Amino acid sequence: MKRIYVDEKWCLGCHLCEYNCAFANSGKDDMSKALKNVKINPRIQIEEKDGISFAVSCRHCEEPLCVKGCITGALSVVDGVIEIDKDKCVGCYTCIMSCPYGAIMPSDDGVVQKCELCLKNSHGKPACVEGCPNRAIIFEEKE
Amino acid sequence: MAIDFLYPEFEVVRDKDKCIGCRVCERQCANEVHSYDEDLDCMVADNAKCVCCHRCVALCPTRALKIVKTNHTFRENANWKGEHISEIYRQAGTGGVLLSSMGNPKDYPIYWDKMLINASQVTNPSIDPLREPMETRVFLGAKPEKVEFNSRGEIKNNLTPQLKLDIPIMFSAMSYGSISYNAHESLARAAEELGTYYNTGEGGLHKDFYKYGPHTIVQVASGRFGVHKDYLNAGAAIEIKMGQGAKPGIGGHLPGIKVGDDISKTRMIPEGSDAISPAPHHDIYSIEDLRQLVYSLKEASDYKKPIIVKIAAVHNVAAIASGIARGGADIIAIDGYRGGTGAAPTRIRDNVGIPIELALASVDQRLREEGIRNKVSIVVGGSIRSSADIVKAIALGADAVYIGTSALLALGCHLCRSCQQGRCNWGIATQREDLVRRLNPDIGYKRLVNLLTAWNHEIKEIMGGMGINSIESLRGNRLMLRGIGLTEKELQILGIKHAGE
Amino acid sequence: MSKYVIIGNSAGAIGCVEGIRSVDKDGEITLIASEPHHTYSRPLISYLLYGKTDEQRMKYRPDSFYKDNKVKKMLGKTVVSIDEKEKKVTLSDGREVAYDKLMVATGSVPFVPPMDGLDKVKKKFSFMTLDDAHKLEKAISPQSKVLIVGAGLIGLKCAEGINDKVESITVVDLADRILPSILDSDGSAVVRRHIESKGVKFYLSDSVKKFEKNKATLVSGNEIDFDILVLAVGVRPCVSLISNIGGKVNRGIVTDDKCRTSIKDIYAAGDCTESHDVSSNTNKVMALLPNAYMQGETAGINMAGGNVSYDNAIPMNAIGFFGLHIITAGTYEGECYTSSDDENYKKLFYKSNRLKGYIMIGDIKRAGIYTSLIKKRTPLSSIDFDLIKEKPQLMAFSRKSRKEFLAK
Repeated sequence: MKRIYVDEKWCLGCHLCEYNCAFANSGKDDMSKALKNVKINPRIQIEEKDGISFAVSCRHCEEPLCVKGCITGALSVVDGVIEIDKDKCVGCYTCIMSCPYGAIMPSDDGVVQKCELCLKNSHGKPACVEGCPNRAIIFEEKE
Repeated sequence: MAIDFLYPEFEVVRDKDKCIGCRVCERQCANEVHSYDEDLDCMVADNAKCVCCHRCVALCPTRALKIVKTNHTFRENANWKGEHISEIYRQAGTGGVLLSSMGNPKDYPIYWDKMLINASQVTNPSIDPLREPMETRVFLGAKPEKVEFNSRGEIKNNLTPQLKLDIPIMFSAMSYGSISYNAHESLARAAEELGTYYNTGEGGLHKDFYKYGPHTIVQVASGRFGVHKDYLNAGAAIEIKMGQGAKPGIGGHLPGIKVGDDISKTRMIPEGSDAISPAPHHDIYSIEDLRQLVYSLKEASDYKKPIIVKIAAVHNVAAIASGIARGGADIIAIDGYRGGTGAAPTRIRDNVGIPIELALASVDQRLREEGIRNKVSIVVGGSIRSSADIVKAIALGADAVYIGTSALLALGCHLCRSCQQGRCNWGIATQREDLVRRLNPDIGYKRLVNLLTAWNHEIKEIMGGMGINSIESLRGNRLMLRGIGLTEKELQILGIKHAGE
Repeated sequence: MSKYVIIGNSAGAIGCVEGIRSVDKDGEITLIASEPHHTYSRPLISYLLYGKTDEQRMKYRPDSFYKDNKVKKMLGKTVVSIDEKEKKVTLSDGREVAYDKLMVATGSVPFVPPMDGLDKVKKKFSFMTLDDAHKLEKAISPQSKVLIVGAGLIGLKCAEGINDKVESITVVDLADRILPSILDSDGSAVVRRHIESKGVKFYLSDSVKKFEKNKATLVSGNEIDFDILVLAVGVRPCVSLISNIGGKVNRGIVTDDKCRTSIKDIYAAGDCTESHDVSSNTNKVMALLPNAYMQGETAGINMAGGNVSYDNAIPMNAIGFFGLHIITAGTYEGECYTSSDDENYKKLFYKSNRLKGYIMIGDIKRAGIYTSLIKKRTPLSSIDFDLIKEKPQLMAFSRKSRKEFLAK
């Protein structure tokens, strides 16, 4: 299955992935409209320190601890993609406790959010990957 | 001092309605132009630091930025232009030589743009390159006088070493030091994929790049940095750098600050020491001396590699080229006055040397007249901007071209001409680790391959239009060119007729 | 074709179904449970009361789950005994169901200690099941004065669930702090202040000496008027099906890392079991939904012929009260690192080069990175401990580890 992979060697720490993510999931068709005066809460987040930086988003694990631990059944695996049913989620944060990558985060609407590869938003394909200026984030099939 | 204040050359224009304060511009500007002002709660810019490299413009996700040339002005004066006045202030303030980068930007004639290419109509058919074979392969090196046979009547292989180019374009010399590791890797990988060559420049060959040896030209320059036996044998050819179009008669200087661990090893000089290439080779004061070096290098490489001698295009270039051909070189590379550089004294760059078009025409003509054109191949560089320039160069007599600036543009260079500052925001002309990282060779090499593949298509298209199906038939075929708006003298030197003739 | 029988219908049982089906698509699965409902998430009953979910959304799996997984369900039926020799179970109505492999996921029931006068209280409730929640919801009114005995997870979740719908809530607990099973005293104080700010009143280090119909007299002498009583003192694993046939039982049913009981072909999962906590290296009941699922799934795979182990269980809890979130995991032993400000509290416990446990209150971002360190028993010398103390971050790991995490 195609997954997002991050190569920190090429990450510039520009944070464009975060903004592209926030925009893609905003439901709006113009980035300025979507993000002006907004404190973004993206599903991909950069860690950076002393010249090292890299983006972290859901790994879509084959053995997903978040899905197995979810107390509501809001998290599920659909064709290899871990999806969140925000309607079912009650925001107990068991998934945040479970995810070894720290890739699930509280959402602004009181539940949790995670990368769903932009499959459920209007973007259709991962916006972070498309907007990465240095191919530090790639979306591909690996052995 | 107040006199020294110079109003910024560029102004950053930010559309505040579009700006979302993501601060990508701030993070991506090594010149520290952009910053976030907490009191004003918005992004602000220090125009004085802007070099107009467009990194911020290109990465701004909302397209909120543009850079404009300031309309601030000195009192208009056709003679004392603002540039002259500013430069005098700078020099009066510092007492220093002015430095610049990349090629001569002055408004001298560009002869490529004053030559037009022919096409077939009626009397000889044009060729469709999509339907018929079209040869852009070129072999560089001396060609034998005649076919020879042995006693059994078989053809003798009397061919000296040749470079085989699948396209008539090579990447010109740019040292590791003047450009980054990733830029080098991009060039090397592209050369390999394209079936052509890149050139180490005078900085030696990084150990990681020995694997690209069959597509590498190794250079020996006046500083002899990084030259050793393995190096000489690592490449497909050896180039002796006598001169460079951007700064003929001038040596080079890589400041110690750029000589980090890797570069120090590659150049075989102490870390942090300035790498100074002398203006002349101290062992070459005549054609005879040059011949000695040519043959030394041939000895060192067992006569298996062609030797290139690279010179800047200067006034008596034709006579010099003749001497080089007679000195045993297999290939002569001529670099025009618009050729790029990582740093050169401004006055030299802008005032020394001659246009490559004229140099090429006179060299080709002179070698023909002397009956030694077959002894060498001619490669020209110094602002080849498009496939049309290449076709014209070949018609004027070149075997192939070197491209430097065009290649860097493909890698992202925006010709801000600030290489000498070492803060290239595009990761090309810098050794700063965080900036070098910005050029991912996976992207870079592909862009180079794209560019040259596109140019090769265009070359075939143009040749087809002329009814020519191989580079061999175009070379020196000056009938395919006509001048436009040129004087008799210029036409005479170029060896072409005027349009309409 | 194998016959699988599953007793229970919550996380352990569902995990078992999914575990079996990941290996065996065709075997016959019979699921027997006392509750008549479609599988639902028990921890959600408090959310149901305050309206964050509803009965449809709190279903643990979609409506088509049993059909999709070819599960024959017998809901509202109670298994009364197991015949491990004949390999069959008997229901309360006398029916028998044969099995090849059996899963016991019977969960736990509220534990009510003897208390003087308790029989005089009319409106008393426990808070474990959907039915409990419905009964409680029917009983309360805006005038209700609710007394909750037990300041643990269940009692406080109940308080949160009904706080907006009743006049007052008073919580009594024998322990000196709230949530004693998951919080230290400082952390507990942070949470207590927050809950108190919502109007809930606590009597700690105290207990009910005597109940009257609408009044409780505490050991301290305080008297509390109430009309609704919720008993949330504790739970007791339902182990009798196994203990009755001689299976090994301590506090819970003893299971190994394959989730087998001591009796051949009988497995167990969830709140009724006792399993190995790798953070403390002891066996204990870890009544947690994620744990139940993992055990169930592991058992299911093994029941269907696979061979997997569940060998990294630890106690862990993610819970929130009135918007204040708490995540805790592991064992609280060894040296401590504490950081706190007005709204957040964090404590890490480490010993012998391993992270043993943590408490995070308020800012719980990326807590799973800590959980993973505990579960994987990652040597702290292999990461940058100062960075990990500051916050959970992958930056604390080596470049090589990060490559494993993010680029493979």
